[in-house]
Amino acid sequence: MKLADMQRDFRSWLVTASDDAASRLSGGSSAGLNVYQNNYRVQLISCLEASYPHVRTWLGEEAFLAAAIAHIDSHPPHAWTLDAYSGDFDGTLTSLYPDNPDVRELARIELALAQAFVAVDGDALTPDALAQTDWDAARLRLAPSLKILTATTNAADTWSAFQRNEALPESQMLAETAGVIVWRQQFTVFLEAVDALEYAAMLLIQKDGNFAGLCDMLVERLGEQEGIAKAGALLVNWISKEWLAETAA
Amino acid sequence: MSTSLSTFAGYGLGLRREHYRDFLDTRVRVDFVEVISENFMVEGGQPRDILRRIRERHPVVLHGVSMSIGSADGLKTEYLRTLKSLADEIEPLFVSDHLSWSRIDRFNSHDLLPVPYTEEALDIVCANIHRAQDVLGRAMLFENPSSYIAFGDAAMTEWEFLDAMSKRTGCGLLLDVNNIFVSATNHGFDAHAYLHGIPADRVRQIHLAGHSEGSELLIDTHDSPVCDEVWALYAKAIALTGPVATMIERDGNIPPLKDLLDELAIARSIGDIDAWARKAVAA
Repeated sequence: MKLADMQRDFRSWLVTASDDAASRLSGGSSAGLNVYQNNYRVQLISCLEASYPHVRTWLGEEAFLAAAIAHIDSHPPHAWTLDAYSGDFDGTLTSLYPDNPDVRELARIELALAQAFVAVDGDALTPDALAQTDWDAARLRLAPSLKILTATTNAADTWSAFQRNEALPESQMLAETAGVIVWRQQFTVFLEAVDALEYAAMLLIQKDGNFAGLCDMLVERLGEQEGIAKAGALLVNWISKEWLAETAA
Repeated sequence: MSTSLSTFAGYGLGLRREHYRDFLDTRVRVDFVEVISENFMVEGGQPRDILRRIRERHPVVLHGVSMSIGSADGLKTEYLRTLKSLADEIEPLFVSDHLSWSRIDRFNSHDLLPVPYTEEALDIVCANIHRAQDVLGRAMLFENPSSYIAFGDAAMTEWEFLDAMSKRTGCGLLLDVNNIFVSATNHGFDAHAYLHGIPADRVRQIHLAGHSEGSELLIDTHDSPVCDEVWALYAKAIALTGPVATMIERDGNIPPLKDLLDELAIARSIGDIDAWARKAVAA
């Protein structure tokens, strides 16, 4: 048998437990092949368990294992790094729990935290660096570790309650779509819920970094005086939390 | 183009997360540490910082699990470039991976799957090793696998495959003594014939680990101490290879660091006895 054919048979055995493939690989001897299939599945389940500890606790062992098996059956791994395997688990959770957006949002928070933990290092924007800024042309850039997540539920509160080992809040839909910011300072990752206006402001900065455009949006929504003041307040807040990397102009 | 293999004799441990604090806060008596390359093939953050700080104190071996040197459709360029970037920064003693495959087409099993010992597979493995060594700019070590099935169309034994592979590519061998014991038990071959069949002068590092007993097969679980049979095999191995970098590899049921250092002391003792015997014979 050609090497490529053998390897495709092995894939069929691992992914679908194909009897035909098993027969060609080992002539019907299954003990060894079972070891490989067990290793394959245990490895992927362990990966999902490690990536989503709070989702696991929230759903319960049995339901989480069922979700993991459904994911493994529908999403064979393809990346060289096992870290990537947990990346689209939220899609499986959405299909299994279509009426529970809080489940997928909690999963997205856990994934974002893990990604921020190993994101590329970068220096944060400092107040001193703003001294010479031409505000008409200023372009802000988000910190490389920062992720902006859409929030329609109070999943961020649930995550925080898990972290602090507190009683979990009752799941709720938010009055309007808001955001959750995940980022890293030095080696510690953080999470913060932001309201709809700040969420919109962050998305604008993520899009083109245009501070003047941000001011225009805030003036349009809040009026000139309050809009400009809000832009300044957001900028100070973002710099203090190291959400910004540097100005590009 | 590959550089020649360096040599290093000493005793080390596989560095695991549970022992980071010990290695960062205290002077651990090891000659080197081995890390899983992929755990540090990340863009930034604490893992790379920890590795840099460990590297300031100890020589480091980069041991990979995802190169997939036996893949029929070649190696991933992105993987090789990321590994090279890490190796260039860390300046490791050795860069190693396994004689196995994980990936075909767009599927990656994340397991160390067995290679059939055929002439076709040998050609493919050697071509892949040449490419990896060219990209990395260094000779690599490849570890003998533990395996649970044998292919009916094998044209040679595992040790004959390793011998031909190392001669054709200039790569070195990372000899996992526990893997020899596990595979010899599972497939019924003679572990001593294996040791005599590999090119001893190409062995640059030795792994020692524990295994567990499945219902029909031994399983390479790395979750228990090294057993007596593997210690005996280790003594025979270094009698053939001479002193090489030797380490304890533990991946499950991670004990306190002291327990692993005690286990490593057994390896040192066996190495000391071998050195004494060599001197006695030479005299």
